[in-house]
Amino acid sequence: MERVDARGKTCPLPVIETKKVLENMTEGQVEVLVDNAIAVQNLCKMAEQKKMKAVSEKKSEDCYVVTITIEAGSRTEADTSAEACIPDSRAAGTVVALTAETMGTGDDVLGKILMKGFVYALTEQDSLPETIVLYNGGAKLSVEGAETLADLKLMEAQGVEILTCGTCLNHYGLSEKLAVGSVTNMYRIAEVLSKAGKVIRP
Amino acid sequence: MPEEILFCKGGGCTAKLGAGVLERVLSRLPKPEERDPALLIGYESSDDAAVYRISEDVAVVQTLDFFPPMVEDPYLFGQIAAANALSDIYAMGGDVRTALNIVCFPEKMDLNILGKIMQGGSEKVIEAGGTLVGGHSIADSDVKYGLSVMGVVHPEKIFPNDGVREGDVLLLTKPLGVGIVCTANRVGEASPAAMELALRSMTTLNKYASEVIRKYDVHGCTDVTGFGFLGHLKEMLGRGLSAEIDSIRMPHIPESLGYADEFFLTAAAQRNRNHVGELVKFCGVPFAVEELLFDPQTSGGLLVSLPKKDAEQALVEIRRLGLPCDIVGKIVKKEKQQIEVL
Repeated sequence: MERVDARGKTCPLPVIETKKVLENMTEGQVEVLVDNAIAVQNLCKMAEQKKMKAVSEKKSEDCYVVTITIEAGSRTEADTSAEACIPDSRAAGTVVALTAETMGTGDDVLGKILMKGFVYALTEQDSLPETIVLYNGGAKLSVEGAETLADLKLMEAQGVEILTCGTCLNHYGLSEKLAVGSVTNMYRIAEVLSKAGKVIRP
Repeated sequence: MPEEILFCKGGGCTAKLGAGVLERVLSRLPKPEERDPALLIGYESSDDAAVYRISEDVAVVQTLDFFPPMVEDPYLFGQIAAANALSDIYAMGGDVRTALNIVCFPEKMDLNILGKIMQGGSEKVIEAGGTLVGGHSIADSDVKYGLSVMGVVHPEKIFPNDGVREGDVLLLTKPLGVGIVCTANRVGEASPAAMELALRSMTTLNKYASEVIRKYDVHGCTDVTGFGFLGHLKEMLGRGLSAEIDSIRMPHIPESLGYADEFFLTAAAQRNRNHVGELVKFCGVPFAVEELLFDPQTSGGLLVSLPKKDAEQALVEIRRLGLPCDIVGKIVKKEKQQIEVL
C-alpha cells in the first residue's frame, strides 16, 4: 500500500500529492493522512471524479485517514495513458471543423458565446476528436487572445491535432498570432475531411 | 529575497472563515435594545458594508477587509487587497472618501516589501478618488494587509444586497476562476496568460462597473468574493426567490476549468460547497464548472440584479472596461431547489 502523509499541508497540496501517486498505479490502495475534514472532502471529491472508491476515518482531532482504492482492471489502458497525455482517448477518424467564430446562425454575440461553450464542452467529452480544423472565421479561434485558446491547448496536450488554415490567417492579418497547433493549407484540409470517418461541424 | 517564498501561502479571500461558522457566532452577539433608526444597513442582511444616515441626503458607508497574500509580488498584492476592500463601497453604490491601512507584518521581514505593499494600496485609494488618512500596524508571524474604508452614498440610492425581483436578470462584471488560477500558480502550474488575466481582474476597481450600473434600475448588487458566485447569489436571493443560472455564459478565466479538472482546489471552495451546495441543482454540468461556481474570488466582480432591458444596455458599457463579463442568469419564482444551474 502506498502512503501519503499530507498532515500540516494546506489544500490543494494533499490532493495534488495523492494524484501524483495515483497516476503511477494501475491497482492497489493509497492511504492519505491529512489534518482536517475539508481536505478529506477534497480527496473524496477527486476520487469520485476519477471513479475510485474512497473511505475515510477520523483517528483524532488532527489526523484523518483517507484510503483510496483502485480496483484491478478498473483502469483501462486508455485511462492511464490519457493521464500521461498520450493520445489514446481520441476517437479515431473523428474530425471537428470549426468554420466560423460563431455557432449557429441568428445572433453573432450569442453565436460567439455558444462557440466558446462548444469548444469547452468538447474537452469534457469521454473521447476527443482526432483532428480539429479551423478555417475562414474559425481561424480566429486559435489565435492569441481568443477565448477558446485555453481549451484548444488542453486538447492539443492530449494529442488532438489542431490545424488552422494559413490562407485564412493571412486574410484576417492573424498570421503572426497563431497560438495553438499548426498552420495548414487547403490540400491538407481537403485530405483530412476526405479521410475522416465522421466530421462534426457545430 | 528568500522572505518572499514565505510571503504567499494561499491567501486572498480563500482565507475567509466559512459562512456557516460566522453565522453561528454573529447570531449570538448581544444587540442594543433599540436599533438606531439611522442605521440603514447593519450585518443582519449579510450585506457588503454598513450604511449609516447622517443627513437627508448623505449616508456613510463603512467597511473593512484584509487578508494574507495570494500572489508573490508585494506591490500587486497591495493593489489587489486595496481593490478588494474598496469594492464593498462600490457594491453599495457609494463613492470612496477616506481609507485607513491595516497591516500585519513580521518584524524580521524586509521593510521594502511592506513599502511596496503600501505603495500598491495607496495608488488604488487615489485611483478610487479617496485619501489615505492613517492606519494601524502590528507585528505578526505572517503578512496581512487591507483597508478600512469610508464612503458616502445618497440614502435613496443604496444598492441593497437582497432587493432582487422576479424577472430580473443577473449581470456579472468580472470573470470567475481567480481562486483556482492562483491556487494553480502556487504549485507552479498556471500559465502566464491565465495569471495575467487573473491579476488584471483582481487589480481592477469595481468603481467603473458601479458607475455604469448607477444609471440603471438596480434592484440588488453585491460583490463576489470569498463565498464564491453561488454563496453570494444565495445571499442576494434571501428566502423568497430562486435563480436559474446559464453556466455557458458565465465569464471566467478560460484556463481555470482545465485547472479545476487537475484538482487545483482550495479548502475554501469546499467550505462554500458545504455551505450552499444543498440549495443548488446542477443539470448535467461538468465537475469543473461546479468548482468554478464555488471558487472563492479575491476582488471579484459585481453581481447585479436588474431588469433585462437595463442589463443588456449596461452590459454593452461594461464590456468596454475590457474584462470578461456577461448576463449569467435570471430570477424566478421560489422553486424547490433554490438555485438551478443549466
